[in-house]
Amino acid sequence: MALKKVKGNIERMFDKNLTDLVRGIRNNKENEAKYISQCMEDIKQELRQDNLSVKSNAVAKLTYLQMLGYDISWAGFNIIEVMSSSKFTLKRIGYLAASQSFHCDSELLMLTTNMIRKELNSQNQYEAGLALTSLSCYISMDLARDLSNDILTLKKAVLMMYKVFLKYPEALRPAFPRLKEKLEDPDPGVQSAAVNVVCELARKNPKNYLSLAPVFFKLMTTSTNNWMLIKIIKLFGALTPLEPRLGKKLIEPLTNLIHSTSAMSLLYECINTVIAVLISISSGMPNHAASIQLCVQKLRILIEDSDQNLKYLGLLAMSKILKTHPKSVQAHKDLILQCLEDKDESIRLRALDLLYGMVSKKNLMEIVKKLMVHMDKAEGTIYRDELLSKIILICSQNNYQFITNFEWYITVLVELAQMEFGSKQGHVIGAQLMDVCIRVQAIRAFAVAEMAQLLDVYTSTSQFTIMQEVLYAAAWLCGEFVSELKDPEQTLQSMLKYKVLPQHIESVFIHNIIKIFAHVMEKYELNQQYEEILRLCDLITNKMSESIKSGELEVQERASTSLIIVNIVQEEILAKRNMVATKIMDVDDSVELKPTTVDPKDTVASELLTLFTGELNPVAPKAQKKVPVPEGLDLDAWISEPLEESDSDSEPEMTENLFVKSDKSRSSFYEKHHPEPTEEEIKKSREARKHEQKNNPHYLKGSNSTDTNNTNNVVAVDNIPVAELNLNVPLKVVGQKRSDKYLSTNNDKKKSKKKSKKKKHHSESSSDEAPEAGPIIEVKQDMELPEGATLSDSESDHGLKDDPHKALDIDLDLPAYGFTAKPEQEKVEPEKKEKKHSKKKTEKGKSSKKKSDKHKEKVVHANDNRDSLLTFDNENGGKVDAKTKKVKKEKKEKKKSKDRDGKSKSKKSSSGYEEALGISTPSKEFQ
Amino acid sequence: MIKAILVFNNHGKPRLSKFYQYFPEDMQQQIIKETFQLVSKRDDNVCNFLEGGSLIGGSDYKLIYRHYATLYFVFCVDSSESELGILDLIQVFVETLDKCFENVCELDLIFHVDKVHYILNELVMGGMVLETNMTEILTRIEDQNKLEKQEAGIAAAPARAVSAVKNMNIPQQIKDIKLPDLPQAIKDLKF
Repeated sequence: MALKKVKGNIERMFDKNLTDLVRGIRNNKENEAKYISQCMEDIKQELRQDNLSVKSNAVAKLTYLQMLGYDISWAGFNIIEVMSSSKFTLKRIGYLAASQSFHCDSELLMLTTNMIRKELNSQNQYEAGLALTSLSCYISMDLARDLSNDILTLKKAVLMMYKVFLKYPEALRPAFPRLKEKLEDPDPGVQSAAVNVVCELARKNPKNYLSLAPVFFKLMTTSTNNWMLIKIIKLFGALTPLEPRLGKKLIEPLTNLIHSTSAMSLLYECINTVIAVLISISSGMPNHAASIQLCVQKLRILIEDSDQNLKYLGLLAMSKILKTHPKSVQAHKDLILQCLEDKDESIRLRALDLLYGMVSKKNLMEIVKKLMVHMDKAEGTIYRDELLSKIILICSQNNYQFITNFEWYITVLVELAQMEFGSKQGHVIGAQLMDVCIRVQAIRAFAVAEMAQLLDVYTSTSQFTIMQEVLYAAAWLCGEFVSELKDPEQTLQSMLKYKVLPQHIESVFIHNIIKIFAHVMEKYELNQQYEEILRLCDLITNKMSESIKSGELEVQERASTSLIIVNIVQEEILAKRNMVATKIMDVDDSVELKPTTVDPKDTVASELLTLFTGELNPVAPKAQKKVPVPEGLDLDAWISEPLEESDSDSEPEMTENLFVKSDKSRSSFYEKHHPEPTEEEIKKSREARKHEQKNNPHYLKGSNSTDTNNTNNVVAVDNIPVAELNLNVPLKVVGQKRSDKYLSTNNDKKKSKKKSKKKKHHSESSSDEAPEAGPIIEVKQDMELPEGATLSDSESDHGLKDDPHKALDIDLDLPAYGFTAKPEQEKVEPEKKEKKHSKKKTEKGKSSKKKSDKHKEKVVHANDNRDSLLTFDNENGGKVDAKTKKVKKEKKEKKKSKDRDGKSKSKKSSSGYEEALGISTPSKEFQ
Repeated sequence: MIKAILVFNNHGKPRLSKFYQYFPEDMQQQIIKETFQLVSKRDDNVCNFLEGGSLIGGSDYKLIYRHYATLYFVFCVDSSESELGILDLIQVFVETLDKCFENVCELDLIFHVDKVHYILNELVMGGMVLETNMTEILTRIEDQNKLEKQEAGIAAAPARAVSAVKNMNIPQQIKDIKLPDLPQAIKDLKF
C-alpha cells in the first residue's frame, strides 16, 4: 500500500500539473487548440489511473480548461471521486470543479447526496463550508429535499438555506423560527448572513415578512455594520409599500442616519428608502415636504460630485422621486440638462430618464434639438435607440400636451427616419407618424406632403433600413388621406416603383395604391379623360402581376384582389370610352342624348371609392377586451363537433346542406356582379405576363422553357421600359436640419415675447407654466370604446410566470399545518430541546441524564412518526438521524472538555464549531 | 443576488469566471466576450455601473466593475444589492488577493486560479455576500491553507521538489539557448 502510494507520487512528478498546463498554453499561443486537445488526452489518461492525487491533478486542470470554455461534464464521475477523497486538499479541488461544472440538472448529483451529508456533519468546519459553497452552485430539488435537515447553523449554512428554500419551498416553514433566531445571533457573521437570507426572501414576497419588522428596526438602530445596515434598509424599502405605519416610523431614524453617516453607500440607500417611504404614504405626513427637500438636496450633492459613480446613483434616485414629486425635481433642471452633456453614456442614459419630467411647452423644442445633436454624435446603437425612444416619449406624453407646432414634430420624425438605428426603431417612428396624423387633423396636409416626398425619394432606393418601416406609414397615410395630396398621381407613380419589400409593407403598398388610384381616377373620369385612366390601369396591372408571384400569401392575395378590381375598372372604362367614341363617330345616329358632363354619382370611381370611405378613429387599447360577449354566445362551445363524435351522428347531412346552400347563394352573387375573366382575357394576360417575364432580367426562367436563348435575352434587356424619374424635389433631401427653422422662428417669437414681457413683467408670475401663444391645434383625445366601458376599468393580470419565488410565498405567521411541515417541526423542536439539555448536562454533570434519555425517546418517537408520514424519506432515515445525533453529541462532549482544557483559541472559533454541529445555542448562555 | 463574477484582462482573456446561475460553457464564453466588449470601451474616468449586456438578465441587472492595472473585475448583480456596496466588495476582494499573494498581479491569477476561487468562496457564496471583513476572511483562508499543509506533510516533498525544478522552466531555458539553425546552415553551405 505504502509502496503504491510512493509509486503514485513518483508518477505524479512527471505528470503535468496545473501550472505546467497554464504555462504550456501560454507557450503555445499559435496553436492553442491543438495543445489543449493534446492535454485533454493526457488528462483522460490520468483520470484512468487509480491514484486519487493523480486524478485530482487532472481535475484541477479540467477546472482551468472549463474557464476557457471547454465542456468538462464528461468527467463528472471523476470529479465526484475526487470529492470523496478523505484529504482536504484533494477534496477542495473536487468541490471546486463540481461548483464550476455541475448544474442542478446533472444526473450525477444523486451520487453526491450522502457524501455531502457526511461533509456537512463533519467535525471540521472548513470541510462543511467547502461542501456548502460548492453545493450552493448546483443544488437541485432532490438535494435540497434530502439535505435540508442536515444544513446546520454555520454562517455559510445560513446563506445556504436560501438556496435550499428556492429548490424546496416546503423547508421554509419548519426552518423559519430558527432563521429568525439567527437574526439575533451574537456572531455578527451569522447575523448578517441571516439578514441576507431574509432580505432575499422578503424581496420576492415582502408581505410575509412584515412581522419581522420590529426585529429589523432594532437591528437598524443598534447595528454599526454598514453592510448589514444597507441590507436592512433595502429590505425596509421593500416592506414600506405594504405597511404605511412602518414608513412613518422609519422616517426619523433614517433622516438621522442621512445626517450622521459618512459612508456614501449607506447614505444613498437611506435616501432610496426614504423615497420609497414617501412614495408609499404620499401625503398625510406633516413634514414630508421637508424630507423630500432633504433627499433632493443630498442627491444634488451626489450629482454634483466629481465621482461619476455618485453622479450616476444620484440621477437614478432622482428618477424615483420624479414619479411622485415632479415639482421638486424640476427645480434642478439645470443640473440634469448639464448631465446630458456628460461624456459617460451611463450617466447620459439616466439623465434622459429624467428628461421626461423636465419638458414644458416652452423648452420642448430646445431639448429635442439638443437630443438630435447628440444623435449625430453618438455611436453605439443602444444609446441612439434610447435617445430616439426618449424623444418620442417626451413629445407624445399626455396626448402631445407639450407640442405647440406639429409641423415641427413631423419634420423631426422625418429627420429621425433618415438616420441609422437598430432595426426595430423604424416601426416606432412609423407608428408615431400615423398616430400624429390620425389624431391631429390640422397637420394632415403637411404630413401627407412630407410622406409623398419620402415615397418619391426612398421607394425605389431603400435597402433593408428602418426607412422601409417608415415607408409603411408613409404609404398608408398617403392612401388614407389621399384627398390632402397635392399631386396624387405623382405619388401613385412613385409608389408603383417599389421593389423588394417585406411582406407586411408590400401588402400595405398594394392596398394603398388602389386607394390612391381610385382617387385619381375620379378626377379623370369626371373630365372624361379615359385614356389617362387606362394608362394608369396598365401601370398597376403590370406591377400587380409582378406582385402576384410573391411567395408571401398576404401579398399574393392583395395583389390578386387589386388585379381583379383594376381589370373590372378597365373594362368599364373601355366600354365608356367606346361609347363616347361611337357617339362622336356617328352623332346622327344617336337615339338618346347624354349630357357631356358626367354625373359624379354615376362614375366607376365613385363605386370604387365606396370601398374606402369611413372615418378612422383612434381605438382605445383595451377596447377589444371591453366588447361585451353577446347573450347566448358561448365561446367555449364547439362551433362544430369534433370529427370523431360526429361520425356516428346524423348531423353531417344537415351541415352539408347548410354549406351547399350558402355556397350556391354566394356563387350566384358573384356571377351577377363580378364576371370571371373570359378566355380571351386570360390569354391576353398570359401573353402580357410572358412578355414581361422575357423583359424582366430578374425573372428566373424555368429550365423547361427552351425557346428563350441568350441573344433573345440581350435584345430584351434593351427593350426594358425605363421609367423616367420625374422628381419635383432633389433626390437628396437638402437642409438636414429642417426642424431647426421652427426653432428659430420659435426663438424669434420668444424674443418678441420677451420684449413684451418686459412691459408687463410684474403681472407675469410663473413664466414656465405659461402656455406658449401659438396655433391651438386640436388633438383627438377620445378613443373609441364599446358602450358602457371605461378606460380605467381594472384589468385582471394574466402575467403568470414560472418563478421559483412564487412557491416561497408562504404565510409564515400561520401555525404550521399539513403533512410535511408538521412532523418536521416536531422533530426540530425536541432536537433543540435535547441539545439544550445535553449542554446543561455537560455543564452540570450527570444530574440530568435521565431527563435527556427521556428526550431521546421522544426524538426517536418523533422520527418514527415522521417516517410514516413522509413519503419521500428513506426507510431508516429517522434512525440514521438519531444515530448521527448521538455521534454529534459525543463529539460535542469531547469538544467541551477540550474547551475546558483551554486548548481552543478563542470563543468565536468554538462557537463556529458548535454551530457546525448543529446546536442552536441560545444567546444567553454565551453572555 | 450576485449572478456572476468575472475577471478578465485588458484583452478579454478570462482569468476567473464564477457563475451563480447555470449557463452552458459556450454561453459562458459568449457572456464573457460580450461583457468585455461593453466594459473595455469605457474610459477609466466614467462611472463603474453599466446596464444591459443582453445575455445576462434583463433591466433588473447591472454590471458593476472595477479596473485594476491589467485586470477587470466585473460583478453582475440584481437590484437587491447596493451598488456602492458591491464596489466596496470588489475592493475587499482585490485587497484580500493582494494580502494572500503579496503584491498580486495578473500572473498570480493565471497560475493560481484555484486559490483565487478558494478566496472568492470565502467572500461570496451562491451569489450572496458571505463576509466583508477582511481579517475574518484572511483567518479562514489561513486556516484552510494550514490544513492543506498538514495533509501534504512529507509525502508531498518530492512532488514539491519536482515542481520547484519545473518552475525553473528548464524546457524554456533549453529553448532559449541559441544554437545555429542547422538546416539553414546546411543550406547556406555552397558547394
